[in-house]
Amino acid sequence: MDILLQQIINGLILGSLYALVALGYTMVYGILELINFAHGEIVMVGALVALAVLAGLAGTGLPGPVMLVIATLVAMAVCMVAGLLIERIAYRPLRTAPRLAPLITAIGVSIVLQNLAMIIWGRQYIAFPPILDIQIYELAGATITNIQLLIVAVATLGMIGLVLLVNRSRLGRAMRATAQNRDVAGLMGVDVNRVIAATFVIGSALGAVAGVLISAYYGIGHYAMGFILGLKAFTAAVLGGIGNIPGAVLGGLLLGIIESLGAGYIGDLTGGFLGSHYQDIFAFFILILVLIFRPSGLLGEQVADRA
Amino acid sequence: MKMRLHMILGVALAAFATASAAEELVRIGLAAPLTGPQAHLGQDIANGARLAIEEINATQPKLGGQPVRFELVVEDDQADPRTATVVAQKFVDSGVKGVIGHLNSGASIPASRVYNDGRVPQISPCSTAVAYTHQGFDTTFRLMANDAQQGAALGEYAAKIGKRVAVVDDRTAYGQGLADEVVKALKARGVEPIAHEFTTDKSTDFTAILTSIKGKKPDVIVYCGMDAQGAPMARQMRTLGIKALFLGGDGIQTAEFIKLAGTATENAVGSSPGLPLEKMPGGADFEKRFAAKYGKIQLYAPFAYDSVRVMVDAMRRAGSADPEKYRAELAKTDTKGVVGHIAFDAMGDLKDGAVTLYQVKEGKWSAVETLGGSSR
Repeated sequence: MDILLQQIINGLILGSLYALVALGYTMVYGILELINFAHGEIVMVGALVALAVLAGLAGTGLPGPVMLVIATLVAMAVCMVAGLLIERIAYRPLRTAPRLAPLITAIGVSIVLQNLAMIIWGRQYIAFPPILDIQIYELAGATITNIQLLIVAVATLGMIGLVLLVNRSRLGRAMRATAQNRDVAGLMGVDVNRVIAATFVIGSALGAVAGVLISAYYGIGHYAMGFILGLKAFTAAVLGGIGNIPGAVLGGLLLGIIESLGAGYIGDLTGGFLGSHYQDIFAFFILILVLIFRPSGLLGEQVADRA
Repeated sequence: MKMRLHMILGVALAAFATASAAEELVRIGLAAPLTGPQAHLGQDIANGARLAIEEINATQPKLGGQPVRFELVVEDDQADPRTATVVAQKFVDSGVKGVIGHLNSGASIPASRVYNDGRVPQISPCSTAVAYTHQGFDTTFRLMANDAQQGAALGEYAAKIGKRVAVVDDRTAYGQGLADEVVKALKARGVEPIAHEFTTDKSTDFTAILTSIKGKKPDVIVYCGMDAQGAPMARQMRTLGIKALFLGGDGIQTAEFIKLAGTATENAVGSSPGLPLEKMPGGADFEKRFAAKYGKIQLYAPFAYDSVRVMVDAMRRAGSADPEKYRAELAKTDTKGVVGHIAFDAMGDLKDGAVTLYQVKEGKWSAVETLGGSSR
């Protein structure tokens, strides 16, 4: 029983990380109907920038959490600028082009970012410095650490913050208007370019936070870390209904738990015929099933709101 | 006066030239990555071989009564399989009598075919993939325990620690091959692994498989893979409260492993083929001679040094540097080198190659036990 509970906790943590990244995909898709494939790379940039800042702060003697906050803020700033530039250079010129064109540039941006990171930070894995005091809490035979709790908290806050932003704020209203009809929103006095840029900036900031948490949790950063992560988070977003903010979180958590339970039990259930290396296959298997039976995702696409 | 000096110099030079012309030149190739991330290891191999050649030449060596001088021809294979075959072809075409190299199994294996076709004996100082010597070539030899011998040592060690052993591998050729040997060695000692889980060489999250293993109450978790996955795995073992011993092969027995996972690696055990330098029979003396010329030993210099010595010894016994003549003698090698006892089995593998187990103590690898090799 404690093993099952532990597997569910494992899944929730993994799922929260997916959810945090999925929010970035879903926001951009909700407004532009563009799958921003470079988002996984933004997460990677966030993680590596934070690691570089932490390395620079190593000798200052600041308390660990303070260093982490500084590193996160710098990572967010860099990623926000990166998100802004990507939107301006790679997507805005193609906004009226056929939908396939920005998709291709998205993949291109992703490759460019990965290679840039490889040139800047090298091919080796970068260690997260031991600045955080890891506390392990026991819970009915299962364990959870303070970093894991932080991950769940940040993912939850991120989702609530975004929902509030979209539904309650002036910018949120402009976002929803832009999502429904870009041209009409423009005619109503909404600065569409600014709204879209803001969406990228917010999504990138969230991505940076996700990157910092991921490198803190797993203890490493790497130039290629964003690729699989991006694919999984995209799957999570589609699973929950792309463009739908609570959907992204639900999809992320679900995906995390499915992967965790799948990898944990498949070997025993199939008598060793299928092993735990099929962990990654569950994500994509689920994606295919959802696309076949519920193409708009569990909670529905937000674009369906369009009249 | 000036004229006379020139004349004397000229005569002296001429005399020197005729003296060296009487010696036959025997060229031995050396291939290793001399550029890129493994350059320091490649240079280490080249320097080890250089030292051997210098020492041999200083003894005024003779082959079949004929004075000879040995020369090392060093080429960069960039740790790249394709470059390795180009280098190999160059060696064969230029008529080297033997080759020391390569470093990586991925380079040694494709190059070995070229050497075999060209009938040039090859001794790799440190490629450990089993496949290298198992292609049916009579020209391939190696001076280090292979992955099978390493897996067997890991299994032996794991069975000594406890009866409840879980195995995890990353499904790469290296990880899978190592895991198979570990399981074989465990079963030979009556230990049935309690779990065999899998991951990939790109994964970072191992909590699911570790939790599943935790439920089976392991004494030892053997990880067959690289440090980039081993490090987060060791970390996640800690946070999941798993007390079992973390055991791995040379993929995790690296400085990087400790750097990436910090204190979570304390007490982890990793194996590495060969003896630690301080335990090598000729280690201390070799270190002194090497340091005088080339500075600090990285890792492979003693193996490269012995590779050259073993090859030249075979030539001496055959009385010829002709590969067809000395190759049979090379296969019959039975000698004591710097690295320990050296003899080859029918495959060209090092007989009873030593594997050393290291444990992380206070953030550093320190040797705890050597299995196989001269320790028996």
